[in-house]
Amino acid sequence: MLEIKNLHANVNGKEILKGVDLTIRDGEIHALMGTNGAGKSTLSKVIVGDPSYEVTEGSIMFDGHDLLAMKPEERANAGIFMSFQQPIEIPGVSMANFLKAAVNAKRKYQGLDPMKASDFLSMMREKRKLVSMDSKLVNRSVNEGFSGGERKRNEIFQMAMLEPTFCILDETDSGLDVDALRIVAEGFNKLRKPETSAIIITHYQRLLDYITPDTVHVLLDGRIVKTGGPELAKQIEDNGFDWIKGGSINYDFESVTC
Amino acid sequence: MPNEFVKKVAEEKYKFGFTTDIQTEIIDKGLNEDVVRLISQKKGEPDWLLEFRLKAFRYWKDQKAPSWGHLRLPEIDYQDISYYADPTRKQQQSENKEIDPELMKTFDKLGIPLEERMALSGMAVDAVMDSVSVKTTFKEKLAEKNIIFCSISEAVKNHPDLVRKHLGSVVPYRDNYFAALNSAVFSDGSFVYIPENTRCPMELSTYFRINARNTGQFERTLIVCESGSYVSYLEGCTAPMRDENQLHAAIVEIVVMDNAEVKYSTVQNWYPGDSEGKGGVLNLVTKRGLLKGHHSKLSWTQVETGSAITWKYPSCVLQGDDSQAEFYSVAVTNNYQQADTGTKMIHLGKRTKSTIISKGISAGKSENSYRGLVKVGKQADGSRNYSSCDSLLLGSECGAHTFPYMDVQNNNATVEHEATTSKISEDQLLYCNQRGISTEEAVGLIVNGYAKDVLNKLPMEFAVEAQKLLSVSLEGTVG
Repeated sequence: MLEIKNLHANVNGKEILKGVDLTIRDGEIHALMGTNGAGKSTLSKVIVGDPSYEVTEGSIMFDGHDLLAMKPEERANAGIFMSFQQPIEIPGVSMANFLKAAVNAKRKYQGLDPMKASDFLSMMREKRKLVSMDSKLVNRSVNEGFSGGERKRNEIFQMAMLEPTFCILDETDSGLDVDALRIVAEGFNKLRKPETSAIIITHYQRLLDYITPDTVHVLLDGRIVKTGGPELAKQIEDNGFDWIKGGSINYDFESVTC
Repeated sequence: MPNEFVKKVAEEKYKFGFTTDIQTEIIDKGLNEDVVRLISQKKGEPDWLLEFRLKAFRYWKDQKAPSWGHLRLPEIDYQDISYYADPTRKQQQSENKEIDPELMKTFDKLGIPLEERMALSGMAVDAVMDSVSVKTTFKEKLAEKNIIFCSISEAVKNHPDLVRKHLGSVVPYRDNYFAALNSAVFSDGSFVYIPENTRCPMELSTYFRINARNTGQFERTLIVCESGSYVSYLEGCTAPMRDENQLHAAIVEIVVMDNAEVKYSTVQNWYPGDSEGKGGVLNLVTKRGLLKGHHSKLSWTQVETGSAITWKYPSCVLQGDDSQAEFYSVAVTNNYQQADTGTKMIHLGKRTKSTIISKGISAGKSENSYRGLVKVGKQADGSRNYSSCDSLLLGSECGAHTFPYMDVQNNNATVEHEATTSKISEDQLLYCNQRGISTEEAVGLIVNGYAKDVLNKLPMEFAVEAQKLLSVSLEGTVG
């Protein structure tokens, strides 16, 4: 369970998050929508521990641990995974080597021995199929020369390899054509275990057609201003955010649990 | 807690820093003609070699140390160094000439077993400690193919004509200050001779170890590869951790005949000094290959992680038509290390081709320079050079510099140069961290990825060692 309380965060001295409260229980999928610059990506970067974001107030608890006291790699090894909006290139480091380092780091964290090379290779083969990823991509350097769609697919492939319990999909749908979107979303659904929870950051309804959220939040100017069910995403798709900004809103305080 | 960690890393970092307590015969400090004569006498050398040494010494005396490097080279007191240290005294005295177990243990500890049955498969080793070759393995097996692999002292005794013909033919004693010094006082090193049309069946390697205090190591290596032959040669080096600087001034000469090929790989891990810049080896080395024959090939691959100061330019003279030379280098500097390293490619023959791939990695407060010369002579029609020099910076207090020189005297030659400078980005580190990989490990991964083109050129066993070495050398540099 992830529990965010009164979270305030700055980047370059500017306050972006101005008191976010959000609780995500095991197995729940929450969609996070909002205008550009509202703070959606900031929230996800703060959860994974990007050092360029400074938390000035509030707390995040994850499965009973004080997340903000943990290093980014500890958070990852504890089960948090983010699909990056803009996946990073690492020239000269093959996907296989990169993932081997990641998988074994997690095993070390869990007190397990490194995986045998043969087991690792068959695991890669199996997971690669889940997201229909070309075997050639696995032998290439991390994200180097990957198209936008390949990068996003590669993020989900890494998720498959690392088997997180809490996922953040940060605009995973952007840059994907309809077929790729379906493959990525279906991949996510197949990987999902009953206890897996997730935050899905998106501007569009189309990803939510494949991955149905339990709850939809609207983040505006650093605060969650509206929370509802899946129908809220459809309303936003049809009407935009202005009607929420306008003030004629019914804050659904019930589900903004603290 | 972070301080503890940094301390631990700093202490663990140089794992070859131990000293061997062994009875060593060391001559008195100081350098003059008598010392040169004494070294020659100790080695039982013929007159021509003594003459060679004396000529070199007389030349050196009147020269000054070069100051063009991007280095702060400390004043070296040449009278405060001993020029000959022999750790094999016990062995000489014992009746059956058995190697002192202490020496065996030392090389075992360095991962260089001197017993052939324990040796790495397919690798013959010449182990040199201080001024003397301790043992050369697989000598007999190689002799079956008429390959000569022994210490240079032994070669002077057993193959004087070969040594006399080639010694100083690629690097004359007048070449530079340190070459003159080496020619005067060189002690041991390896000699390799591959006869015509012979492919050397195993990797040959020399492991250099400095042990004794206040001594300099002046090794001399000579490799001759006759027509149609091939050899792959590896060189490794380490030294104990000492507070004072230790001088290492070596010469490597390589002669490559028609259609022959030599691959020379170095993993240089001399003691780099402590994190405050105290101590460390001064590595002042002249390495050069003469591609004498047509269609000859020579490649230098070096991974330089050690030494307080590195001054080293493994070079190639492409004399034979259609000869090909390569230089692949990864140079890592951390803390207060300084490296000024690169290559010279001298194109003399027609259609000669050279490739330079240099990857510099600087961290801490270190200075890392690439210095290279590409020269194309008037006769070298249709010659080509491609140079690529990349620098990677870790942190904001280190320096990376590139000094490429070109001298092209032929209109039909093609010379290309590319250079980049980059930093490990915060985004790359976060991406790795988010996948559970610690910053230390991420730096290792990224740096190894950056250096991959060069590491791939190393023989397998060396490549694995080199990869580990790169990561260890840079521990504690980020985050």
